[in-house]
Amino acid sequence: MAQRVNLQGNQACALAAIEAGCRFFAGYPITPSSEIAETMSGELPKVGGTFIQMEDEIASMAAVIGASMGGVKAMTATSGPGFSLKQENLGYACGAEIPCVVVNVMRGGPSTGMPTRPAQGDVMQARWGTHGDHALIVLAPASVAETYSETIRAFDLSERLRVPVVVLLDEVIGHLVETVEPGKAGEAATRKWATGPREGFEPYMVTDDLVPPMPRPGDGYRAHVTGLTHGPDGFPTQKPDEVRAAIGRLSDKLALHRELIESWRAEECEDAQVLIVAIGITARAAGKAVTDLRAEGIRAGLFRPVTLWPFPERALRDIAAKSGARAVIVPEMNQGQLVLEVERLLARDLPVIGMGRYDGEPIPSADIAARVREVLQS
Amino acid sequence: MNMETEMTAQDRPFDINDYIRLDMMPHFLCPGCGHGIALRALLWAVHELGIDKDRLAVVSGIGCSGRLSAYVDANSFHTTHGRPLAFATGLALARPDLTVIVITGDGDSLAIGGNHLIHACRRNLNMTCLMLNNEIYGMTGGQVSPTTTSDRYTTTTPAGNTEPVFDACELAAAAGAGFVGREVTLQVTGLKDLIARAIAHEGFSFVEVISDCTEIYGRKNDLGASPEMMLNQKAVMRPDTYRSTVDVPFRPNALKTGVLCERDRPEYGQAYRAMVAARQHRAGGGGT
Repeated sequence: MAQRVNLQGNQACALAAIEAGCRFFAGYPITPSSEIAETMSGELPKVGGTFIQMEDEIASMAAVIGASMGGVKAMTATSGPGFSLKQENLGYACGAEIPCVVVNVMRGGPSTGMPTRPAQGDVMQARWGTHGDHALIVLAPASVAETYSETIRAFDLSERLRVPVVVLLDEVIGHLVETVEPGKAGEAATRKWATGPREGFEPYMVTDDLVPPMPRPGDGYRAHVTGLTHGPDGFPTQKPDEVRAAIGRLSDKLALHRELIESWRAEECEDAQVLIVAIGITARAAGKAVTDLRAEGIRAGLFRPVTLWPFPERALRDIAAKSGARAVIVPEMNQGQLVLEVERLLARDLPVIGMGRYDGEPIPSADIAARVREVLQS
Repeated sequence: MNMETEMTAQDRPFDINDYIRLDMMPHFLCPGCGHGIALRALLWAVHELGIDKDRLAVVSGIGCSGRLSAYVDANSFHTTHGRPLAFATGLALARPDLTVIVITGDGDSLAIGGNHLIHACRRNLNMTCLMLNNEIYGMTGGQVSPTTTSDRYTTTTPAGNTEPVFDACELAAAAGAGFVGREVTLQVTGLKDLIARAIAHEGFSFVEVISDCTEIYGRKNDLGASPEMMLNQKAVMRPDTYRSTVDVPFRPNALKTGVLCERDRPEYGQAYRAMVAARQHRAGGGGT
């Protein structure tokens, strides 16, 4: 069905989740993500799913994990303050390897900040917000259509790899209305269920793909799930060898499946004198800046990590090397977070220049274009 | 086929070994701790109700009570501090075919998880919450909890507890729980019967178990060894529920034990699924 529909980013996210097989949503009202919960409350019952507005953000994260542990694809959505509150249980999902999707529609911060204004201040929190060594995936769509397809991909990755996936939107993308073709967005897998003998079954066994098959309650495995560091049998361990293997597998798992996870877009990068690296609505402005600069004869290019974490580092390094760019500019709606990762990857080879704006206004394409011209003149 | 080998745990007289993970023994509870008695009463109730272990989900939080889920041979979920009811809400809504039991403590459910308890009671989703009240944060070394008796010493009330005590059962009943009860670990059969009624109740059931922490709490307050602490539970019991002959005086104005509240309120899962069915019927009916 190649039907084209106009949708708001938040609505697209909700509808894509349902198409991906999400049948449980728990949430708590928060601007600017509430439309996701509102859409889910109306749409989930139509497909036999469950929506619940929990008593707080912590509870909604917990309920999502509980539903997923029961075997149902599950999602929650929030924004800054709520994302902070969800971090402990998000870490539980990382440690216990419970598939779930968490949408964070970024608004101004810190604290209550600016609930209705856009920001991109959660770039690092999305990766490092919960405590301890952990691995998770963060996707950063830059359009409504991409919000639709990336939400489906979020479920696909989460289910395939038993890892929480954060869909990181910003307020502009969340509230933007654009055209979507739902039928072209792909499909989401369903997790690999444990089958076979119950006797001696290890819920966290080390398999070739490093993704242990998940025991479904009721199937007779009677497994234990815990946030304590656990061995292959699922029970707590503090033996250094077992701990190293357990924690190591969480990050090794994502490294092994890097090609499946990583997604990026490179526009006009082949011969770029200046590369721009950006996500979300800032990448849209950067794309316009590239077009405008090219019209003037300035060879600019845009690298856009759709998978924000783990960062597609080989791709950016290769593209930067091949382009022979003289500098990299990183515009973002914060004081400089994405730029730290780009510096880590490229600063030895060429200047990496941050361009932060944190006043609640999106960065205009003209500002990005002006910065590119300045850099080339210096 | 030999009927002997066909017998499942439910067909035999109750044997706790049928319901615990023997390879997890010895357990980590201190000598004299009442939590083991509470766990035994729970598993005995599960046995009497004939609940299939494969369909039993035990969800716990953090603390001494939180560790009990690992000992139960069922689908067990050891979640985060204070949140087992919220995890269990998702699990019970997603899987109404499971019998969901939450094991929590006084710190887990009344302090850090108080909000979840209130709303679990209000929602009345079918599950049973067993709150093991030992008046202390035992796992972290004996800090004051919302149920620590006034004037008692803990590691964070070196001059005695100046805060008032939370009555969890009054809270649960006021918040709307369909079933509320309290029992002491001294009364094992009474506790088993109460838990069985709680599980059988359709809706949210809250059972407070008066447990004792001998090592961390009793010792610091000269409450005696475990037998003395357990006999002193009589002081918080309603005399008409007492079934033994050991002579310990009852305290006037004692906390009530037994079934404190039982009422028919709409069970949330059923109510939600009925709404879903109606919406699907309407959507499938091709009507206006």
